[in-house]
Amino acid sequence: MSDSSKEIGTLRVKTGLAEMLKGGVIMDVVSADQARIAEDAGAVAVMALERVPADIRATGGVARMADPTIVEQIIDAVSIPVMAKCRIGHFVEAQVLESLGVDYVDESEVLTPADEQYHVNKWDFTIPFVCGCRNLGEGLRRIAEGAAMVRTKGEPGTGNIVEAVRHMRQVSDEIAWVVGLSEEQLFDAAKELGAPSELVKWVHENGKLPVVNFAAGGIATPADAALMMQLGSDGVFVGSGIFKSGDPAVRAKAIVEATTHFEDPEIIAKVSRNLGEAMVGINIPDIPQAERMQERGW
Amino acid sequence: MRVGVLALQGAFREHVMLLEALEVAAVSVRLPQQLEDLDGLIIPGGESTAIGKLMESYSFYDPIKLRQGQGMAVWGTCAGAILVANSVLDGVEGQRSLGLMDITVRRNAFGRQVDSFEVDLAVAHLHGGDFRGVFIRAPWIEAVGEDVTVLARHEGVVVAARQGRMLATVFHPELTGDPRIHRYFIEDVIGA
Repeated sequence: MSDSSKEIGTLRVKTGLAEMLKGGVIMDVVSADQARIAEDAGAVAVMALERVPADIRATGGVARMADPTIVEQIIDAVSIPVMAKCRIGHFVEAQVLESLGVDYVDESEVLTPADEQYHVNKWDFTIPFVCGCRNLGEGLRRIAEGAAMVRTKGEPGTGNIVEAVRHMRQVSDEIAWVVGLSEEQLFDAAKELGAPSELVKWVHENGKLPVVNFAAGGIATPADAALMMQLGSDGVFVGSGIFKSGDPAVRAKAIVEATTHFEDPEIIAKVSRNLGEAMVGINIPDIPQAERMQERGW
Repeated sequence: MRVGVLALQGAFREHVMLLEALEVAAVSVRLPQQLEDLDGLIIPGGESTAIGKLMESYSFYDPIKLRQGQGMAVWGTCAGAILVANSVLDGVEGQRSLGLMDITVRRNAFGRQVDSFEVDLAVAHLHGGDFRGVFIRAPWIEAVGEDVTVLARHEGVVVAARQGRMLATVFHPELTGDPRIHRYFIEDVIGA
């Protein structure tokens, strides 16, 4: 018996999975073992990678989609959703990831961009996409291209929260600005933001982004995660911060608990004790402009 | 009437908004002591493993069972349906559920995200036509006990069921903006 009202890959189904991830932590993993540690710690999803951003930064060269074998091993290892990254504009990597059964594609500035003019046309896919942004206009451009979820870019692989904070505040400030405009100012605002006017109008009317917005790029501690939640994130991505730390299992669980109880300093204090060493971290001015991942994409 | 929404992880805000639209006092429950004066509790969609682990860390299992025994109504949606079930298939090793309802639920039974779908459902006791069911990496209800009433099926598979003051739906009424199942929970399940 088939039902003619049945539809797959609708916007509601795509944004709906992101809604289910809210209040949770998505963790970068490079192996089935790491994926199991993440699931066991309470991750809501894992990001399957060949190298975490800190190692991509250290190694240099061109960073690409992970080997399908690694992605499949991770899919087989866990029951939670599996995400994977494709290069900006590399729609064939995205097609490959969709064929592997990945649940979400991250069109990510962590990898080396494949197209300097166009991002992937995400409407072409059944599975949903998440994209990075530094400001409202960039977020709305990605949504116009079909992204069903956005995240701050931050500065990946640094263990330094400052850029994620900057991007989250930028998005929030610009939303507040758009809300305060009068109707006739919206077209000009759309021009200034470089975003479609119907999406700017939506933000004006609803006072928020049309899709779920996570924080990413530099989260290394439970307090970092709670900071991003208090600044209005719907959840957090932790890249290098877990598996580049001294005791990944304990730190992962602590970040999960701090993300849920982000408004409860006593709980954040409790879970922050005795976590072992955090990842070392990099100060942003020490990174040459050309090596800043957040500058990739537009 | 006060209805809590378990707010550890997942789509709890959407449930709170629908309850408030129905003029019910909604409480976002993050700690077990907040269960005390609730008439009903909604366990939302999210990741059942993540919610289950947070329930364990913050000692929710026994207080929810205790309050349910005292008459608190409970509704589980998607991940929540897994958490209220007596028996879970395809769970992770050692996955714990509350065992409040005599149903067997299979995790991710409808497939991965590429298979996620929406479809019109005929739901018993709802007036005004079909209900748009949004299924996201959804489980299904594979078996029901004799005290359980089936409320809806999709292609023969049970997707909504009720047992006394317990309700389970494997789809997401909170994502549609259609308040009819929330109203049913408030008026018929809690109000019974």
